[in-house]
Amino acid sequence: MCPQTVGLVQGALESAGITTTGLTNVAEVSEKIGVPRALAVPWPLGFTMGEPDNPALQCDVLRQALALTDRDDVPVIEAYLRAVEND
Amino acid sequence: MVRIADMKSTLKLFMRAYRWRKLGEIEPAQREKPLAECRVALVSSAGIVAPGQAPYDQKAKVGDWSWREIPGDVDVASLTEHHNSPSFDHSGIEADGNMGFPLDRLRELVADGIVGEVAPRHASVMGSILAPGRFVRKTVPEIVDAFTADGVDVALMVPV
Repeated sequence: MCPQTVGLVQGALESAGITTTGLTNVAEVSEKIGVPRALAVPWPLGFTMGEPDNPALQCDVLRQALALTDRDDVPVIEAYLRAVEND
Repeated sequence: MVRIADMKSTLKLFMRAYRWRKLGEIEPAQREKPLAECRVALVSSAGIVAPGQAPYDQKAKVGDWSWREIPGDVDVASLTEHHNSPSFDHSGIEADGNMGFPLDRLRELVADGIVGEVAPRHASVMGSILAPGRFVRKTVPEIVDAFTADGVDVALMVPV
């Protein structure tokens, strides 16, 4: 349910003029809901940010999600491209 | 990537039968300045609470629709997780709060000059809301009002 819950917040924020982006671990759900922008990550439920205690990977996830705020061709869901290996 | 087709049978049936809410047409809110000048807020559905805040109701049948304001200067290690879903592995968030609320990472992006600043308030919800009517009517507008009052430029959603 998490992608729907944050998706409902995301839609309201975007409608209020705040640029939004986000992560999704179930892209099918985010697509059905129609969130404006989301980065689809390849990890299991509970691991949206990748790996515990891996700041380099976690920062890269946020960087790629935030980069989607350049986009106005919404809705856009892009796959995370892993560029950071395990510490 | 988690695919519905690969989920356990009961969860798969539910995910396919559930009537997902649809946002409909949304006018994109174009970012008006570089990210390096933007104030960024997090929205986490990991069910985290800050010290002194009431935990989420684990027994609410259709989900606890309340939210918690998480201060921008909070110590991530002091956050506790109260998500009631058995559908995900909680060990990642238990080991590292940034897995559900990546505020330390956002601070590092500010330090690196990628993001302008961390917002003074962030939003925590517990994602397992099956009937989101009250969540949409009451909670969502409160989050929108808080972020608008704080001059948030970009909001980043973090589901678990």
